Amino acid sequence: MTRTLRRVLALVTLMFPTLSMPSLGEPFRPTDDDYVLESLPTRLVGDSRLRNLRALRSELTQDAENLDLAVRLASDYIAVGRSEGDPRYQGYARAVLAPWWDLAQPPPDVLMLRATIRQNGHEFDQALEDLERLLRIRPRHPQAWLTRAVILQVQGRYAEAYESCWPLQRSNRLLAAACLASAASSNGHAEGSYDLLRRTLATTPVADIEDRLWALTGLAEIAIRLGRYEVAEGHFEAALALDVRDIYLLGAYADLLLDLDRPRDVRRLLAEETRSDALLLRLAVAESRLGSPDFDQHAEMLADRFSETRRRGDQLHLGAESRFHLELTGQVDEALRLALDNWRVQREPVDARRVLEAALAARDAGAAAPLIAWLEETGLQDVRLAKLVIQLQEMA
Amino acid sequence: MTTSIKSKMIVIWAMLWLAAVSVSWAHKPSDSYLSVERTADGLSGQWDIALRDLEFALGLDADQNGDISWGELKSQHETIADYALARLDVTAAGVDCTLQATDHLVDRHSDGAYSVMRFAATCPNNDGLALDYRLFFDLDPSHRGLLRFESVDGEQAAVLSPDASQLELVPHQFGAWRQLVQYWREGVWHIWIGFDHILFLLTLLLAAVLRRDGDGCWRSVTTFRPALLEVAGIVTAFTVAHSLTLMAAIFGWVSLSSRLVESAIAATVVLAAVNNLYPILPGRRWVVAFVLGLIHGFGFAGVLVDLGLSSSTLAIALVGFNVGVEVGQLAIVALFLPIAFWLRDSWFYRQVVFTLGSGAVALLATVWLLERGLDMKLLSL
Repeated sequence: MTRTLRRVLALVTLMFPTLSMPSLGEPFRPTDDDYVLESLPTRLVGDSRLRNLRALRSELTQDAENLDLAVRLASDYIAVGRSEGDPRYQGYARAVLAPWWDLAQPPPDVLMLRATIRQNGHEFDQALEDLERLLRIRPRHPQAWLTRAVILQVQGRYAEAYESCWPLQRSNRLLAAACLASAASSNGHAEGSYDLLRRTLATTPVADIEDRLWALTGLAEIAIRLGRYEVAEGHFEAALALDVRDIYLLGAYADLLLDLDRPRDVRRLLAEETRSDALLLRLAVAESRLGSPDFDQHAEMLADRFSETRRRGDQLHLGAESRFHLELTGQVDEALRLALDNWRVQREPVDARRVLEAALAARDAGAAAPLIAWLEETGLQDVRLAKLVIQLQEMA
Repeated sequence: MTTSIKSKMIVIWAMLWLAAVSVSWAHKPSDSYLSVERTADGLSGQWDIALRDLEFALGLDADQNGDISWGELKSQHETIADYALARLDVTAAGVDCTLQATDHLVDRHSDGAYSVMRFAATCPNNDGLALDYRLFFDLDPSHRGLLRFESVDGEQAAVLSPDASQLELVPHQFGAWRQLVQYWREGVWHIWIGFDHILFLLTLLLAAVLRRDGDGCWRSVTTFRPALLEVAGIVTAFTVAHSLTLMAAIFGWVSLSSRLVESAIAATVVLAAVNNLYPILPGRRWVVAFVLGLIHGFGFAGVLVDLGLSSSTLAIALVGFNVGVEVGQLAIVALFLPIAFWLRDSWFYRQVVFTLGSGAVALLATVWLLERGLDMKLLSL
């Protein structure tokens, strides 16, 4: 069968979700005892972190009410979940905190973790409530201020986010600079923010490796918004060289490479990343541009995952699903609907981009009008968004 | 610095980092796929549980090499069944249906391999079920059970969570109209696949475009009207008869063993077919349809019971199913009658369709009669 024909078939299957909905096969009974059903990601095998988790967990089963132990285990779960992009660990963390979870006034550490878990589940308003409560009893809690800033920024409340970064100055200059730069750059001060963050990074040589990672990712993102793609790529490469696995970093870098029309580099970067929906999506976009034989399989995997997620009733994948339809199935109206739903919850530049691109493809400038008004109001600086806005205005 | 303070510091720095970026999730959270099917005397079902969840709860990776093999999974099947089934309660009218694992397989979902457990239970009566789901909620409150419940009333889907872990699966919550349609469909379906009923009816109808003269020979009817009246008579008589016995059986006024009923149905087909060749049954054909139709009603009752009935939906089921059977019948008649009328004078109709056809039906039904009566297999039909 020719490649074109196979792709057409794959697209047909994608457009009729019911055809691809049932799991890939019927239940079966392997004949060989050594047949491997599931593998942990190789990097986690023999990972001391996981062994520690196991040890902590069994310690905690003996002593479920031990707050210190529970807080440690829950934070570790959240950290592993973050680097693996696996939401199960959020649930494990929550279960560990069960004795305190429903208290009106949980201990401060639990309050902090509860806010983080809620943030990760996109329950932004409840998370903010927890943080306000925590800051009333611990007015200097650096993490509470930082988390608050991040959530406010996701909600598009840049001025408030900026305010929330200041108290960090006292405890961690680099994080404070990254936080301020990120908020201010979204608020019309991208150039100054970029310089501030770069200077702070250069003058903080002994920073924690993960703080550096965040600062470099932040620098790259601001550079992209300013249209300085080569500079951004340098920051991404520097961040990758730190050798800390980070799904957000990989996704952001892949997006830049796709914008620069370098799908081959994306395939190289993400070749092994099929476990992660966010990364698999970018990989599939690259493969579709390359006409790669793996495209069919990966696109079908994505369609299955989205339909299974929908069955669960979650709203966490709206943005990704919108992009999936926009770039891979050509169902632009569906892409626009999902992008607008996503915009109701999340208001980062990438979420705005989903709406603008889908509106452009669906030739529906009206759908994007409120968002464009909002962008003007906040002064969000982003060359790619600006270009899309102009295209939409020309169309209207 | 004491260990406790030191560990606290580590926690704080770890947490600082956690907040830094809004997370883009790579996987979907933990789900299990539970499908339950209501059968006449209980339920059967299938439960797909992610190996990753089972690994976390029970530890499947015995040799800790990072791979879960079929052998490792197999050795834990009993443990898995005990663990999972202890966290799923199904009750019917307050009485526990004891779930038993019947088979263990594997399947792949979009996010990895799942252990597939099939199970069955005998439930004391035919009313609604109550379900209480607790799997993994203590380990991961974001776990969800995705339920698909199937019964004669249709399909129902639900998401089970710690806040909504209990569910009533009451048949009539689907609404009377939907149930009526569902039973109606079953009725139509049953008459179409119920080969013996169709053959019985067709055998009687074969002669409707002919009439037997005093000399015992068949002549064609000259106009369509008598043929139509004859058919209407036969179909009505058959309908009234099997409706009566269907009701009698469902309400428990008469109770016959299914083997007896099935054999008798085969016998009615033999009689009807032979009667086309030699007049052995007295009376007009609608009378024959009525008397023999009584037996077919008991057969329909058996099907209806197999579909699962509850006292609350009995009337709806009876009406819907019966109307469905009639519609199915009428469709067959509508197809058959014009063709038969058109061909009635031809040699082909007389010799091949009528004579040979009746003979073949008689033979086939005799085989059924023997099979059903003696409980043996003669034809692989």
